Parts: sequence; C-alpha cells; structure tokens
Amino acid sequence: MQTVRINQSGLRTDERLERLKLFGLSSPALLMILVILVLPVGWLFYVSFIGANGEFSLENYERMISRKSYARIFWTTFQVSFLTTGLCILIGYPLAYFLSQLPPRLANLGLITVLLPFWTSLLVRTYAWLVLLQKQGLVNDWAISLGLWDEPIKMVHNMTGTLIGMVHIMLPFLILPVYGAMRSIDLDLMKAASNLGANPRRAFWNVFFPLTMPGLMAGALMVFILCLGFFVTPAVLGGGKVIMVSMQIVSNIELFVNWGAASALGVVLLVLTVAILWIASRFLNLEQMTGGGGH
Amino acid sequence: MKLKTTLTLAASLMATTAIAQDKQITVASWGGSYQEAQSKALFEPAEANMGIKIKQESYGGMSDVRLQVQTGQVTLDVVSSGSGSAARAAAEGLLEEIDYSVVDASSFIPSTRGSHCVGGDVFSTVYAWNTDTYGEDGPQSWADFWDVEKFPGKRAYRNKVAGALEPAIMADGVAPEDVYEVLSSEEGIERALNKIRELRPHIDVFWSSGAQHAQLMKDGEVDMTTGWNGRFDNAAKDGAQVMYSFNQALLDYDCFAIPKGAPNKDLAMEFLAEISKPEYQDDLPKYITYGPTNLAAYETGVISAEVAAGLPSSPDNAAMQMPVSLEWYAEWETIAAEMYAEMLTE
Repeated sequence: MQTVRINQSGLRTDERLERLKLFGLSSPALLMILVILVLPVGWLFYVSFIGANGEFSLENYERMISRKSYARIFWTTFQVSFLTTGLCILIGYPLAYFLSQLPPRLANLGLITVLLPFWTSLLVRTYAWLVLLQKQGLVNDWAISLGLWDEPIKMVHNMTGTLIGMVHIMLPFLILPVYGAMRSIDLDLMKAASNLGANPRRAFWNVFFPLTMPGLMAGALMVFILCLGFFVTPAVLGGGKVIMVSMQIVSNIELFVNWGAASALGVVLLVLTVAILWIASRFLNLEQMTGGGGH
Repeated sequence: MKLKTTLTLAASLMATTAIAQDKQITVASWGGSYQEAQSKALFEPAEANMGIKIKQESYGGMSDVRLQVQTGQVTLDVVSSGSGSAARAAAEGLLEEIDYSVVDASSFIPSTRGSHCVGGDVFSTVYAWNTDTYGEDGPQSWADFWDVEKFPGKRAYRNKVAGALEPAIMADGVAPEDVYEVLSSEEGIERALNKIRELRPHIDVFWSSGAQHAQLMKDGEVDMTTGWNGRFDNAAKDGAQVMYSFNQALLDYDCFAIPKGAPNKDLAMEFLAEISKPEYQDDLPKYITYGPTNLAAYETGVISAEVAAGLPSSPDNAAMQMPVSLEWYAEWETIAAEMYAEMLTE
C-alpha cells in the first residue's frame, strides 16, 4: 500500500518534470511565436482603432461597412479561395490516389514532379501563366493552329486566369497530406471489404475515402487559408478586376495617410480566417472520430 | 604603353571605389524603360562626374517613403516621383525642402520648380492604339477612345484614379479647360465614373504600371489603352505596333525629391543640382520621349528639332494638351481614389 502511494507520487513528479522539460524545449519556439506573431498582431489590432487624426476611432471599421466595395472584396476573396480549394480537390485527389497506387520508386518520382513547381518562384510561375494564356499566347496559338477553336479564347485577365494560376500553385499543398493519408491506409481493409461482398466502388467510398478524410480536410483547409491572403497571382492574372483583400490592403496603405485603414482590413481578414478555422476544426475532429476510427 | 594605360585605368578605378565608399547615395525610381533612361542620361554620368557611388533601387512610390519616414529608418536619399504624389507627400511633411541656392532652376518651366520636388521630365498621359487593328488613323480624342462602334476592340485603363477621371469627363463632352471645375465635386467625380462604367464591358485590363501597359500593347492583348507616352515609343522601338496622339492628352511632370531625414541629404541636394543641369537633361530624350523641365536643355544643340517636335513639352504638342492640376489632386485625390476603387470592385 505504502509503496503504491510512493510510486504514484513519484510518477506524478516525473510527469510534472517531464512536462516542464518539454516546455523548456519548446520555449524558443513559443518565444518566437510571441515576438513575431502575438506582438505584431496585437499591434495591428491597436493600430486599426487609430483614426486619421491619431486618436481612438472606429472610422476604419465604419468605412468598411459604409463602402460597399469592401463587402464585395471579401466576397471575391472567399469566392476565389473556395473555388481554388474545390478545383484542387477535384484535380489533386485523383492524382494523389494514382500516386499512392504506384510502386514506391515510381511514386517518389511522381511526388518529385508534384513538388517541382515549389522550386520555381511564385512570381515566375504567375508570369509564365500570363505568357501561356494571353490572347496571342502559346495555348491560344496552338489551339487555333490545331483547329480546336477559331478565335482566341479569353483565359487570362479575369477570374479564369486567376483560378488557373492559383490552383497550379496550391495543388502540392493538397496532394501531399492526401497522399500521406492514403499511404498509411492498410490495404488489407480494402480486401476485407471485397471479401465481405463490397464491389470496388463501394469499397472505395465506404472504406478508403473516409480513411483519407483527415488528410483531405487538412489539405483543403491549408489551401483555403493560404488562398485568403493571396496577392501576386490575382494581381497579375486578374487584370485588375479580381480584387482580393490583400490587394485592397496595399491600396489602402497607398491611399490613406494612417495605417489604420489597412490594419482594419487585416484584422477583419484575420478574424474571419480564425472563425473559419474554428468551425472547420469542429468538423475535422468529427471526421477524425468517424473517419479516423480505424486507426 | 598598353600596360601603362591599363595600370592607370586600374588605379583610377581603385581611386573611384575608394571615394565611392565615403560618398554614396541611394536613388529610387520606377524601374522599367523609364529608370533605364534616367540611369543612362542622368545617374551614370552624375556618378562619373561627381565621383560618387549611386545605388539604384526601384520602389513602390510615396507609401514607401512614408513608411521609412514614420519609422525613422530612412534609407533612400533621392526618389523619383509623379508631381501629384510628391505634392501630397510634401503636405504630409515627408519631404525635405529643395534648396534652390544649391539647385539652379532659374531656366526651369516655372510650374516644375516645386518647393519639395524639383522637376525631372515632362510626360503625357495619352491614348495609344494598335496600328494592326486601326491603322495609322486611330482615335483622335477621348470621345474616340470611348467610341466602341467607330473603334471596336478591347481597351485597357488605369487601376488608379490619377489621370483616369480627366479622360472620362472629356469623353463625356466637357471642354479641357473646364475639366477640373467639373471634377471638383463628388457629383462631378461620379459623372466621370459613370462614363468609365459605360466603357467597362470593353475594358479587359485595368493596368497598374507603365511596364504593364507597354507590355499589353506589345503582346496585342488589348487594342487601345491609356498610358505614358514614352513607354509607348520604347515599345514601338522594340517592334510593338503602337501609336498615340497628344490631342487632349494630360500634360504632367515627374520630379525628384529627398525624403525627410535622408542619410546623405547634402550630397543628395548636390546630386539634384547636378542632374538638373541642361547638359544632363538634354540626354534624356535619347532614351525615352520625355521632355526636359530645364528649358536651357533645348539650347545645347543635343536635342534636334525633330526630336523636340516629338516631345510632350514641345510648344505644338503642349498646346493640344491639358495640364494636370496639382491643386485638384491635393484637394480631391483621396476622395476620388476611394470612389474609383469602389467602381473597380463592381
């Protein structure tokens, strides 16, 4: 009885010590987050409440309500992010599935191909799309000479071009977590499903797909959140007509003497992003509970 | 002999680098063919003649200067700016006053002798067209630019308000001399915006930089655009099928300013004095068709009569144009820019 109690308290001390050590180990990271994230974001909040005359004011937020353009800009931002995420899922999921079914060596080669665009600067890739997609660009030239269409199709300087560029840039962010989830699935589960009489389609949708759900959700969320802050690609490929929040932040910095106008936009975008993360995290956990239950 | 020359050259080079280490200024401009022209005509010769090192950068405009001045981290000694944004920056207290006892601007066009910004060149905001689409007889007025029946085709237009409302209001039938009077109210600005809304289905691109509108014409991406005349001439030199007209164009000037608290303020002022001399300004038209602000530059014999006739500031061309009003921009730009941004998101 006595020894049990001693052991228990000993274990508890050990546990506390270990937690402390872990905290010590992660303190550089925590400190870094405090210095480069928490403080600046706090400052951003503060500045957003400073008006043009240097005093506390809600004018930066009032402007966002009274001017209709801000609502439209936020709508465009979410629309672009949502569509990009959807397209990334449609293109990326089958590709990840294909890669996961390949023998390891080929799969690695495939993954390198997926990652290859990461080695080129985002700016270069964006301008490359401009060259490819414009009226007298390669795509139109080839398609017309091949007789696919007669008149140049407008593929850039609009929403279409923006989406093409963004999907291309975001695709690896979706493929990697999905591929990871697929690789970790025990393929015997599929055999078991077939054994129990499920046809391949049913085995896929009832067994395989739910198991990839955590990876898919993580990837989709990452793509969506990254899209919300996009600047270069919509600025170059959108032809000045696809205006996202980050672009408006830049014009507000140029336009207004105080930083508050731009800061308020940043704050609203941040709050909306956190809200989405929070809502999504609830669903994500739910999915992990149902979909990740096999592990 | 040859060895001796080489040695002398090497020695003088070393001497220059030695001086350069003590005397260096950082100059920021807009990049592209414009900064290239400035570099060849002004910065590089000044570097050689003054025996200083000039570090060139391209920058994003007065918002960069504001950031540097407000945070006390000023790295730029001289910035090249549009006249309007320089006037606004001066009113905000972001610029040093130009010392005209150092900078000799006695033979300058009077309006380009700003208290905080000394004129560098005269340029025009024009309409340019693709000669493959319309031939040499392109649009001859802003009304023609708006006339999609007479001139069917895709347009590009600026994504900022500067130089964007005047064409619209002229296309709506306002005479050049009344433009700023009409624009001096929210209703007037709205009237100009409505005219742009009318053309909007035909506007494919809202351009954000001079390099971009030049590229759009080179690529044949649009058939007509607004833009800065010198960029189109350089695009045409590169083989672009582009022409423009000065009729109803907006006559404006670029200038050089010193950010408040610039690290090498005195040297920067001497540098401005140097590049304001006629023997520098007369070289700029060789590289880009922008006119000198120093009228003495016409008398050095470097600018031929033929070149002069093609410059925005030549008397014949200037007579066809409308001078941009800095007073209007100082009073209305922020309001107009907000309304313009509103229109762009529709």
